[in-house]
Amino acid sequence: MTQFGQREGWILDLLAEAGLECLEDAAVDATDVDHLYVSNMASGEFEGMTGVMNALVHDLGMMPAYTQRVDQTSSSGGAGIYAAWQSIASGASDMTLLVGGEKMSHRSTPETTDIIASVTHPVEYKTGVTLPSFAGLTARHYLERFDAPRESLGKVAAKNHENGVDNPNAQFQKAVDLETILESPIVADPLRLYDFCPISDGSAALLFCPEDVAREYADEYAVIAGVDGATDTHVVHEREDPTVMDGVVESGKGAYEMSGYEPDDIDVAELHDMFTILEFLQMEGLGFAAQGEAWELVEEGYTERDTGELPVNTSGGLKSKGHPLGASGVAQGVEIYEQLVGEAGPRQVDADVGLACNVGGFGNCVITTIMEAAR
Amino acid sequence: MTMDATQYEDGSISYPGHPRGPDGAKPVGTIDLSEYTAEVITWTTSTATPPGVREPNTLAILEFDVEGETVRAIGQVTTDDVETGDEVEPVPVEELREPGAGIREPESQDWDGYRFEPV
Repeated sequence: MTQFGQREGWILDLLAEAGLECLEDAAVDATDVDHLYVSNMASGEFEGMTGVMNALVHDLGMMPAYTQRVDQTSSSGGAGIYAAWQSIASGASDMTLLVGGEKMSHRSTPETTDIIASVTHPVEYKTGVTLPSFAGLTARHYLERFDAPRESLGKVAAKNHENGVDNPNAQFQKAVDLETILESPIVADPLRLYDFCPISDGSAALLFCPEDVAREYADEYAVIAGVDGATDTHVVHEREDPTVMDGVVESGKGAYEMSGYEPDDIDVAELHDMFTILEFLQMEGLGFAAQGEAWELVEEGYTERDTGELPVNTSGGLKSKGHPLGASGVAQGVEIYEQLVGEAGPRQVDADVGLACNVGGFGNCVITTIMEAAR
Repeated sequence: MTMDATQYEDGSISYPGHPRGPDGAKPVGTIDLSEYTAEVITWTTSTATPPGVREPNTLAILEFDVEGETVRAIGQVTTDDVETGDEVEPVPVEELREPGAGIREPESQDWDGYRFEPV
């Protein structure tokens, strides 16, 4: 992955940077790539640049490779993983490059908030609802219903900022104490500034191929053991239980079933902590905690990187690493890959099986991927 | 002005309506929710609002009871003095946010609606 944060380059620069680095790292020639997938939510809205996949295939010298852009809002990266895996599993491609990226920071915060909120239904949009507002509505319901302390959400932010200190590509490589988090400005009551991910530029890439091809290039690699995508209602208030994201539950079920693994088998997880409350909902939806109990596991240190049973967001998560929309799901995959092949440096944990959950909209669409170290 | 929810052949109701309801059920009629009061399920006050939206913007998820069948909606609240469980009633508003100030095409949707006031 590239440096996340406020970057000078535009979308094509960012995508090309990640794509080239990935090919060089794997020692794969651009001409050997059959398919190129570009995960990107809104380059047209942010930058007035459409057709980014065609521009990128040319910039990387990959013609006549097939290419397509994958837009699934915030889960575009995860959807890219699903598409890239399908291209290999179907036999349509023997070498697929996936590049995810977004350029956002040149827009004002209100403009960016509005572009992201444009995923909502007209009856939602006209109320001025934003994705952070949905998080505030959900967080209040969760805290009241499960009698969870407000501090437990702050501890998610503190943990992920602590993890980000050791990620050289994270937007914020700075620890933040709980008191600062709990006293930061209110954004969507009861959630405050540090409950939210930043606005970010950045890109990330992964290369997919059949295992027999992978062995020609590397001794260490990771295998997609299970991957699935699922949806929930587009209109958020139509969900029967505001604390359950069915897309998380169903995509998780599919990924577990395909891989043969269960929640207890997962050694490390990257969860979509665009808002701190989402880490609780995904822990519960993916079976790491019973409903209403994820906050207790966080309080007990269960998800801490160096001492916890299940390290969550060793990369720093979206919270500290940043959230360039189309890049985030790919970057989750990069972190799990690095953990599985032992390249995570000071963030390294003992892991043979890892899981990434990438959430689009406010749970409208979700991709869950389980990866294992090659045996 | 009305706040039309859709009732489906299986008896369920949704706001907004959809061409098909749960499990593919067909719509059989509409119900004007503006004739009902609702209960606040949860609420938030947003201080970082998009272009053309009031700041702060207090929003709530509301639950209506329509003859035993529940249906939920999201709505602006007239005050930030609101609590979960409050009963609220709809108050008509010509423009809930400024059309054209945000990214969405002004002609593509309605902008009038209801704010909800504690009873």
